[in-house]
Amino acid sequence: MKTRLRRLRLVVATALGDAAGWSSRRLGRGSGEVIAGRVIQMVAPDALALRLDGRPIAIVSGTNGKSTTTALLAAAARTRGPVATNDKGANMPAGIVTALGHTAPGATAVLEVDEGYVPALLSAAAIDVLVLLNLSRDQLDRVAEVRKTAERWRQGIAASPATTVVANADDPAVVFAARSSPHVVWVAAGSNWKVDATSCPNCGARIHFDGADWKCTQCDLARPDAQWSITADGGLVVEGRDVGDLPVVLGVPGRHNQTNAVMALAAADAIGISIRTALDAMTSIRAIEGRYDYVWGDSSTARLYLSKNPAGWIEIIELLMQSTRRVLIVINAEIADGKDTSWLWDVPFERLRGRQAIASGRRCHDLAVRLLYADVDVVTEPDLARALDLARADDRDVVANYTAFREVRRALGVAR
Amino acid sequence: MTRVSAVRIAVVLPELLGTYGDGGNGIVLEHRLRWRGIAVERIECGDAAALPETADLYLLGGGEDRPQTLAARELRASGAINRAHSRGAVIFAVCAGYQIVGQSFPGAEGDEAGLGLLDVTTTVGAGPRAVGELLIEPDASLGLPLISGFENHQGVTAVGRDARVLGRVLEGVGNGRPERPAERKTDPGAPTEGAVAERVVATYAHGPVLARNPALADWLLAMIVGPLDPLEHEVVAATEELRRERLAATRSRSTRPG
Repeated sequence: MKTRLRRLRLVVATALGDAAGWSSRRLGRGSGEVIAGRVIQMVAPDALALRLDGRPIAIVSGTNGKSTTTALLAAAARTRGPVATNDKGANMPAGIVTALGHTAPGATAVLEVDEGYVPALLSAAAIDVLVLLNLSRDQLDRVAEVRKTAERWRQGIAASPATTVVANADDPAVVFAARSSPHVVWVAAGSNWKVDATSCPNCGARIHFDGADWKCTQCDLARPDAQWSITADGGLVVEGRDVGDLPVVLGVPGRHNQTNAVMALAAADAIGISIRTALDAMTSIRAIEGRYDYVWGDSSTARLYLSKNPAGWIEIIELLMQSTRRVLIVINAEIADGKDTSWLWDVPFERLRGRQAIASGRRCHDLAVRLLYADVDVVTEPDLARALDLARADDRDVVANYTAFREVRRALGVAR
Repeated sequence: MTRVSAVRIAVVLPELLGTYGDGGNGIVLEHRLRWRGIAVERIECGDAAALPETADLYLLGGGEDRPQTLAARELRASGAINRAHSRGAVIFAVCAGYQIVGQSFPGAEGDEAGLGLLDVTTTVGAGPRAVGELLIEPDASLGLPLISGFENHQGVTAVGRDARVLGRVLEGVGNGRPERPAERKTDPGAPTEGAVAERVVATYAHGPVLARNPALADWLLAMIVGPLDPLEHEVVAATEELRRERLAATRSRSTRPG
């Protein structure tokens, strides 16, 4: 089909998709981004490629930190002009198609992409920068195996030699995938979760970890030297550049967000944005679609956290340990969360021993049993509204997994 | 029965065989003894060459294909679990661990030999991966209530003459059915789940299964310490709630039309 006809078809598809999205919003079924995108793709199957065409494009993927890193990188990219980004969190092709439609055709695209759709994005358009944060167990009932995702990434990257890959040198699965690219910027972004990388993603033998360093005991897969890193007290180090230990100070908390910011800075640098300009812009990001929000308003420092898998939980527990506040934890097991709750047992809840927790969500009983075996004091309250009332009354931090997080925000009246 | 020394529970290669929260089984067993005032030591063993041979109970969990193959090779080379079992230790194995304690399973490079502790043989199922809630009615001789878990595997496991099935599948897939009739060493008619032999208990149910099924946990512990007093702890009521919720959710799905 001629390009003009393809574009005309996309215009028609967009009108239909917008109508579907509007209806979905009217019916209170969420933002309507995904349904709009599905309709558009149904009418114009090449919609994703057409909407990506002719823009600078950066995409961000990984199990944890996608949304925050994307928000940080988008803030940096805005210093140079308009940006198209999927900041409502719809990170599969349908949601991305819709998000791209909201902005001018030439705007820089900064997109978070679900781990499973990285190859689809790489084949739909010329991607300038691909940021790969980490890969660990999440929704195993849907994804089956972590290493299969790594292998699909590797194949997609090998077929896109013009793309610059900004990759976490500390994660063996990421390194395995990224090293198939001729243009890799290695970042020492850390890894708190080595369990899914005990056996080499390349050959299956044991990976030997020695402090921060690691290498396969059989094949040549090993930790590459990182050009970008961050010191223990948060100073940026870039090989061959004088950045003078630039302090990475952000509006979002935690060491893991500092390393996310280093990944975003390396990506911004790859698309020609100066490090200082990018970092200045990033400090304005304080909450990402509710993550890290002060949950009871500005009069309290209790926060709302999203945490949906063991590696993510390790970061959040680190933040919870910085205060003595009690906690409300809300757990669901819908399709988008993974139907299997056994991951709760990989979370080191033992670190919250002696603290009091309210367990809520549709899988509050799985959570309560897990917490009791971790010697955490538990009150179970299946009703979310009541649980939130209790939590507000004694100023608790709130942690929820994916669909539970959305429900918490709706119950608090801060989201549809 | 009085024991002078602490009960020793070995969690075997948790980095390779712990994909589905199976480390939780060790946490559950440890606490159920400690809360009863029985001394216990839980040992996480990441190195097969240094696996203790004097533990009372060995736990093996689920794992992805390559880690499973690696674990089987390391455990065969070590021989520690086989020696411990012949000395009287109890083995509880889940999912990939279930396949490993059997005769053979589909490894990363073709058929892989297991530890041969259980007369079961696993082949690749022709159907889709078995993923979902698993509800098991245990064999009546075991005297156990319904077992609730979650399964996620591709293997089809045939139970041989020297083992018996753990139970009958009420919801889910469990052992599945071998495609080639020759591999059906026994055909009890109904879909079966898991396998049991002398001091070896194995199942496809994770969840982790001992958190959802305290009677199964205590049954394993009783093999080591003898009859146990009822547990007095908040976890008893919380687990009853969890079982009520899971059994209702699983059954409502299995009785849904279509």
